[in-house]
Order: sequence, then C-alpha cells, then structure tokens
Amino acid sequence: MQEHDMSWVRTEMALAQPAPRSEAGLGSWVRKNLFATPIDSVLTVLGLLFATWALSQILGWAIFNAQWTGTDRTACLTVDQGGALPSGWSGACWAFVNAKFAQFMFGRYPVDERWRVILTGIIFVALLAPLLIPRAPYKRLNAILFFAVFPFIAFWLLIGGFLGLSYVETPLWGGLLVTLVLSYVGIVVSLPLGVLLALGRRSKMPAVKMLSVIFIETVRGVPLVTILFMASFMLPLFVPPGMTFDKFLRALIGVALFASAYMAEVVRGGLQAIPKGQYEGADSLGLGYWQKMGLIIMPQALKLVIPGIVNTFIGMFKDTTLVLIISMFDLLGIVKQNLADANWATPQTARTGLVFAAIVFWVFCFGMSRYSMFMERRLDTGHTR
Amino acid sequence: MKNTMIGIIGAAAFGVMASAASAATLDDVKAKGFIQCGVNTALAGFSAPDDKGEWTGLDVDFCRAVAAAVFGDGTKVKFTPLSAKDRFTALQSGEIDILSRNTTWTINRDTALGLNFAGVTYFDGQGFMINAKKLPGVNSALQLSGASVCVQSGTTTELNLADYFKANNLEYNPVVFEKVEEANAAYDAGRCDAYTTDQSGLYGIRLTLASPGDHVVLPEIISKEPLGPAVRQGDDQWFDIVKWTYFALLNAEELGITKANVEEMKNSPNPEIKRVLGVEAESKIGTDLGLTNDWVVNIVKATGNYGEIFENNVGSGSPLKISRGINALWTKGGLQYGVPIR
Amino acid sequence: MAVQHVSRAQEPAKASLLYDPKVRSIFFQVVLLLLLIAGVWWIVDNTIENLRRSNISTGFDFLRGRAGFDISDTPIQYSSDSTYGRAILVGFWNTIIVAVAGIVTATILGFIIGVGRLSRNWLLRKIAMVYVETFRNIPPLLVIFFWYLGVLAVLPAPRDSIVLPFGSYLNSRGFYFPRFLWGDGAWLIVAGLVVGIGLTWFVARRAKARQMTTGQRFPVFWTGLALIVGFPLLGFALAGFPLTLDFPKAGTFNLTGGFNVKPEFLSLYLALSFYTAAFIAEIVRAGILGVSKGQSEAAAALGLRPGTALRLVIIPQALRIIIPPLTSQYLNLTKNSSLAVAIGYPDLYAIGGTILNQTGQAIEIVVIFMIIYLSISLVTSFFMNWFNARMALKER
Repeated sequence: MQEHDMSWVRTEMALAQPAPRSEAGLGSWVRKNLFATPIDSVLTVLGLLFATWALSQILGWAIFNAQWTGTDRTACLTVDQGGALPSGWSGACWAFVNAKFAQFMFGRYPVDERWRVILTGIIFVALLAPLLIPRAPYKRLNAILFFAVFPFIAFWLLIGGFLGLSYVETPLWGGLLVTLVLSYVGIVVSLPLGVLLALGRRSKMPAVKMLSVIFIETVRGVPLVTILFMASFMLPLFVPPGMTFDKFLRALIGVALFASAYMAEVVRGGLQAIPKGQYEGADSLGLGYWQKMGLIIMPQALKLVIPGIVNTFIGMFKDTTLVLIISMFDLLGIVKQNLADANWATPQTARTGLVFAAIVFWVFCFGMSRYSMFMERRLDTGHTR
Repeated sequence: MKNTMIGIIGAAAFGVMASAASAATLDDVKAKGFIQCGVNTALAGFSAPDDKGEWTGLDVDFCRAVAAAVFGDGTKVKFTPLSAKDRFTALQSGEIDILSRNTTWTINRDTALGLNFAGVTYFDGQGFMINAKKLPGVNSALQLSGASVCVQSGTTTELNLADYFKANNLEYNPVVFEKVEEANAAYDAGRCDAYTTDQSGLYGIRLTLASPGDHVVLPEIISKEPLGPAVRQGDDQWFDIVKWTYFALLNAEELGITKANVEEMKNSPNPEIKRVLGVEAESKIGTDLGLTNDWVVNIVKATGNYGEIFENNVGSGSPLKISRGINALWTKGGLQYGVPIR
Repeated sequence: MAVQHVSRAQEPAKASLLYDPKVRSIFFQVVLLLLLIAGVWWIVDNTIENLRRSNISTGFDFLRGRAGFDISDTPIQYSSDSTYGRAILVGFWNTIIVAVAGIVTATILGFIIGVGRLSRNWLLRKIAMVYVETFRNIPPLLVIFFWYLGVLAVLPAPRDSIVLPFGSYLNSRGFYFPRFLWGDGAWLIVAGLVVGIGLTWFVARRAKARQMTTGQRFPVFWTGLALIVGFPLLGFALAGFPLTLDFPKAGTFNLTGGFNVKPEFLSLYLALSFYTAAFIAEIVRAGILGVSKGQSEAAAALGLRPGTALRLVIIPQALRIIIPPLTSQYLNLTKNSSLAVAIGYPDLYAIGGTILNQTGQAIEIVVIFMIIYLSISLVTSFFMNWFNARMALKER
C-alpha cells in the first residue's frame, strides 16, 4: 500500500446551492405545469376561465345566493313568482331541505320512536369504526358482533314488536334509513352468497358449475330493475296463495341476489390469482375441501380482491336508489316525493333536493372508495416482490 | 299476552306472511286483526296522507267502512299505497284484501285480470285540465290538436286518450308517467299543455299545483269511469261483505241514517230502518253475511253514510268542492242506487 | 400407479364408498339437482295454481292483441291500433337508440377526460379528476333526475324558445331542428357514398403496398376525404339537389315540423353519457398508464413525434388493456338505460310495464325482458370480443 497525497480531496461537503431560479419556486412550477407549450397555455387559460366560471356559479348558487330559512315556498320565490326575492334570483332553497330533513332521514317512521333508529345508527358506527381501523384489537369478536349479532339487535330496534318495543311496519320506513338498511343487508348477504357462487363456478362438479354459471350470467345480463320487477311481480305468483312477502323483503331479496352475482365474479378473479401450488399444498396436507378453501385459499383470495369487493359495495349502494321504481322510498325516493309538495313547489326546489341527495350519496361512496384505496395500499406492502 | 301477539305479528310482517286457509279472506282478516287495503299513493280527496301521516279520502273511508263492518271498529285497517302498475298484482297475490284505489271497472279487469268489482263508489269520467293563463284561447278539448298531454301509464285514461284523439282526428304527443306525482310535477313544470285523468282526480290535482287558480278543467268528458273497490275472484263471502258494505252506505243515506243520529235511529218505528240496523227481532241479515247484526250501525258510526263520506272528502266539506252530480242518490236524480237490504 | 391401485382395493369397502370423492361428488350433485327440481316444481305448481285462481290465461297470444295506447317516441311505424308485439318492438328500438347514442358520446367524452387526467397540465388534470370523482360517486338515477327535473324542466315554454343557429330551438318540450326531406333520386347520394368508400379502401390498400415496396407515401387521408365527400356531392348534383328542409315553426301549443328530440330522451342520454364517461375515463387512464414507459421512450428514440408516438405506439397497446373493461361499461350503460322508466322515456322496460298492467301477463313479460336484455348483452360482448381479438398483440 502506497501513501497517497489526499490534500486535493475535499474533507467536508460542499454547501448545497439553491436550485437555479428557473427550476425553483412558484414561477417555475407554474411554467412547468401550466404553460409548458403554447397549446398548454391556451388550455390553461380556457380551463381557468371555465373553472372560475363553474366555481362562481356553484358557490353563488349553493352558498351566497342560497335561502337557508323559511317555512314555505314563498321563501324561495322571486318577486314575479309571488315571493320577495329580486327577480332573476337563482340560488339553492336549503330551507326546503331544512324543513324536510327529518323525513329525508327517517321517512314516515313514527316521531316518538325515532330514537330507536338513531340508537341503531350509533351501534352501527361503534361496531363499524374499529372494524375499519386496521390496528384496532379484537377483530374477530368485532366482526362476529357486526355481521352476526348486530342484525338481530337492529331487527329488534327498528321493527320491534317484542321485548317492550312497539311494532313499526316497514312501509313507514323511508329515507336514508331504507338506503342504509338495504345496503347493509345486501352486503351481509351478498358476500357469503357470492363466495359460494364463485366456488360453485370453479367447482369440478358439472351440475354445480353449470347452475352457478347460469345464475351468475343471467343476473349479470339483465338490469337490476328487471330483477326488482321479478321480485315484486313474480315472486307473489311463485308461492302458495295466502303467503305474501313484505315489499321491503322483496326488494332486499332482489338487491342481494343481484349483488351476489357481481360479488361472485369478483371473488372468482381472486380465486384465479391464487397459484396452483397453494391448492396442491393444501391437498397434500390432507385438508378437506371446506378446510382447504376456508383456511388456505379464501383468506388469500379475498385479501387480493378487497378493492373489487368495495367497488361492488359502492355499486350496490348506488343501486339501492332503484327501489324507487317499485314505489319504495329510499333517500332519493323520498326527496323526489317531497318535490311534489305544493307547499315547496318552486323552480329551485328540484335542484336543491337532488343536490342534497347527491351530496349524501357522494359522501358515502367517496368515503368507501377512499377506504378501498387505503386498504389497497396497505395490503400492497405485504406483497412486495 | 297482547305484547306477544303483536310480537308474532311483527316478526311475521317483516318476513313472510303465511296463513293457512286463504280461500276465506274473512277468516284471514279476522285472524290477523286488520284489513289490508290498497290505495292510491297520493290523490287528494280519494286517498292521500294528511300532515300527520293519517290516510284520508273517499277510497280510504270505504276501507274503514269495511273494517267497521267486520270488526265493529273502523280503525282496524292498514293501507298499502300502490301505483297503477302494481295494484292488480298486489290484489292477486293476496298482499291486500281490498283494492280501493280509484280503479275503473272494465270487463277486461273483471275477466282477464281476475278481479271482482263490488260496486261503483264514484261515477267519474275522463277530462282535461289546462293552464288557462298560458293558453287563454282554449276552452274545448277539441282545440288540443298538436298539444303535449300528460297521462299516467297503465290506466284506462291512457287508452281513452288514444281513442279520443283518434276518433276526432287530432294529433297529440303523449307524455307518459308511472306515478301520479310524476305526472303532476311534469304538468306543473310546463312539460305538457294538458293533463288528463278522471275529472275528480283533476280537481284534486289542481289543488296541489303551485298556482291552482291558473288551471281550468275543460268541459268535455270523454269516457265513462266507474270507480269502485275490487276484490279477488273466488271468494264469494268476502265479495258479498265488500259489496254489501257499499250498499249499506247507500241505504243509510237514503233512510237518513247519519253518524250523528244512528243511535236514535235504532228506536225508529220505521221497519225498514229497523231491519237495516239489525234491531228487528230475529234478525239474521248480518250473521248470514258472516258478520254481526249491528254491522250497518258500526259502518255508519265509523264513517257516516255515503253522502257524508262524499261531502267530507270530495264535496262541500272538502277543498275540492265537487257537486254530487250523477253521484247523487237515484231518488235525487243520480245513479247511486242502494239494492234493498232485506 | 399399480401400487396405489392395490392399496385402494385392500381398503374396506364401506370407507372407500363414504370417503371416495367421486361418490360424494355424485351424491352431492344428485341431491342438489333433486332439490332444484323439487323447488322448480313447487314454484311451477304454485304459479299454475295462482294463475288458475285469478283466471289469468298464459301464453304469448296476447302479443297479437291491439295495444290501444300511444307512444311518444316511435322509431318504427306505430299507432294505438298496432299490436302489443309491435309496442314491445318500439320499446326495444328506443332502448337500442339511447344505448348506442350514449355509448358513442360516453366513449368520446371518456377518452377526452381520461387523457386529460394524464395531461402535463396541472389544471386540466384537476378538472378531469373533479369530474371523475363527482360522477363516479353519484347514483345514475339521480343524474337522470338532475337533468330532467333540475335542468331541462326550467327551460322556457315553447313560445319563448331559445333560438339556436340553423333553425334549431330549445325549449321545455325538447330540442327542435330542421328535418331533411329527401326527394327523388336521393339514392344517388347513397350510391356515391358507397362508391367513395369503396375507392378509398382500394386506394389505401394500393398506397400501403407502394409504401411497403418503394417507401414512398401517398396522402391517403386527403384523397379518401375527397372521394368520400366528392362522390355523394356528385350524386346530389346529378339528382338535381333533391333536398328540402322542414323547419320547425311555432304551432298553437308546440313547435310543429322539424325534428323533435324530447326532454325525456335528452336527459336519459346526457345522464348515461356523463355517468359512464367517468368510468371510461378511469379505464382509459389505467390503459395508458399500463403501457410501459420504455415504449414511449423507444418511440422517441426512433424519432417519432409525441402525437405520432401516441397514435402508433401507445394507443394500440393501451387499447388491449382498455377494451375488456370498456365492454362491461357498455353493457352497464345498456342496462342502465332501463332507468328510462323513471322519467317516462318509452324504452323496453317502460312499455313492457304498461303492457303488463293491461294484460296481467307478468311471466311472459319478464321472459321477454330476459331474452332481449340477455341477447343485447351477448351481441355486445361478441362484437367487443371480436374487436379485442383484432386488436390483440399480433406476434410474428
């Protein structure tokens, strides 16, 4: 080893120089992201004009020009329509939503009994929240409570009729209550049903496979309204005379069957992604079919398709609005029914009511899709290749 | 005891309602303790929920009268709001026991759809309503050539409309809706020039519009619309009960028996009144029908006679202010004719 | 193998029967089928009994009966004297029309927004994102109502119509524009179009062959355009300009004449397009992101301009990822068109419902629904699979 003269080697780091002016700061970001080319510049200007226009319209309509309080439609009418607002006024009539809010939430559920709905909601959130937080403990207990025990509590609370609660018939239900109950039951029923159908479709037994394929493809090939139509017009013909189904139950059956066919396809995707070695490994351990599926395959497959499952849930949540076509009043149905109220008939009522419903649906769906993305990222880390 | 009963009913109501012998609707109804009655979703004067969510209207009161005849209590009835489309399936499947939803009696419905109409609680005819403020020159339906007409789908109205315009060689654009509310909203928003349905309905709908004063009902009546309650075929006993409830209402009016004087009337010397009210010695009329002998007393106590029901819901005692017209008793030049209770 | 065989044979017969997967599987399937048959039998028996009780006849004879009701949008000849079968056909065509129009618009809109989501331009990216996140998370029925009740219902009455260029009008009764009335000899125009397209195809083939052999390019696009536009124009001139325009005019109630697109169709069409475009945009974005970066870098290294690279390198590869999910979006749009019933557009479902109400033939109507919707789904999937196969990677 030879001694080298190291004097020319710098011993401390050079001071970091600020980035060149053209690469740093707001100016550069704007240049790169908004005005990179002449076409970009034109698009930016157009986009800016559009965004400003749209934003000012929306904010003006929904907030600055909106009418927040009032007891009837005169609050939202212009001078020439018989109200007090200046002519040409255009704004949201939130007073309408305000006056009907309780109805939008509960439908015609008896006022004195509404605490039962609220209590159900609180229990629902209390059970759901820790289930969604990955780090919360007691997952298994929590899941059992949520999927197996909660339905009974909710049934007792919402319908009642025994153990000291008075009976509330389902035709009185309405609004967000119906939307959420339909979605919850749809989810709880369609997941296991979908798993069974997916297993059936991949089964080696030809009869089972054929039946599953027929069911899945038929249901997926027709619109949900047709299924609901069948549930409400044909189901009564299929059962012996004198045996009738509650309209709510019929809608539930329709929605759940529909969702389970879509769920089955999502789960099948997960099953196909599991390497053959996993099946063979399970077989070689001497596990039976249900042990193999329940302990080895399903946990992996379901984990893979969580985003797909959540997307199916979102689709189903949105699809619950279709029950209004068979004269049931979910959130959208009850909003629409109230639009016909002569007390509140103004040119702005329809827009306001529908925008309110849209916001509620949007919050739920957006929340679900964000959660799905969060889970996707979390699960991804477990599979780093 | 009562609690458990309600509990059982509650559990059953949510799920599947099964009952043993379905051929006898009366037994079923007695077993469950109330009558399930199919009504319109919202039609002022005939069936519409009021501010408190209580159902009111002529069709609704008829169901109450049947409940009073069966149970002696006009409140033992539950209402199922139905659209024009699901009304017949609901009745056929046994979901409801009576369909009292301004339904027109036609031969097709009586035969091919398997219904039995128990009578005509309201003689109606189809008419047109227009916005007189927007269309000042129009005062006859014959001037409606080229108009857009709002109509509810699956009704006799829709068919009459097609026939009428065809017969008179007029053009029109049908704008068809599933539910009354949708058609109302579309008409009110100016989607159509004219609205057509039964005239009674037009008066009711007019009240729910944003500015009722602007709208007029045109004079033409283009069809016969006998509206009445219907039951399933194949149960004569139940059919008789519903039919005779209707006749009892008419007879009560004819004999001057009202909600207010029904108790005094029991002591009336008039043998016909005695017979109708079941206070005649050895009376068997009620029990032969499968009810109690004071069934007419119960009906009148619950809802009043036909005239009272009419005036309260659609006549002078209501915002609709429809005159009796052909719905007056036969003795007063109308068509309502109560078959004798004897 | 042989060893296994021997050891099998030595097992006690009872155990082998009970634990033999084959036996169990057959037993299970037989039980399942028996249950199914019993269930179907029970349902059929009940149905027959119910129909008999309520005196409803069965069979498809009712389709020959007179419908008696009028329909607002009739793409084929129809009047109240036509049969129920014809009414169903009208509904079918209305479904097809709104589905096809919706699919075309949603695809164009979806591609624009999808590309916008990947734009270098921050503002465009954000606008596209807001669009997608808004429409994806709202029920389609609500979007339909919003158009119908919130937007189109507040348009002015016919006498105060909004006047648009080319003799078109917009009012609460819909959108009116001039109708083309073709006179005698109009077939020459169609003939011209056919000739133009045929020649273009021929020219394109020759040009490609020439480019392959000599490397020289021929301006196919411009020649083709000239041929396809020129020949019909020639035919038009030869026939003596057989075209008159029927302009909408103010009538007593509505505008008469011209072509009227009704608000029910407009709202359904706009809602389906806007709603589905949000999903298509996401599919397009995923498709373009799915093409590896090396491809665009290689294209750049070959000296292709960004536009050309997008057209020749990126899009063809992205299409392979895009087409399968696009197919299911098309199917969804078609199925969602049944929501027409909520606003009174006479599609298949709405007309079927009316017929059911008049005839009480619930089962037959549902069977017709099933057959038609399933066939539409199958035909769409078939076409898209064919397109997909054409687009698939061709490896030499």
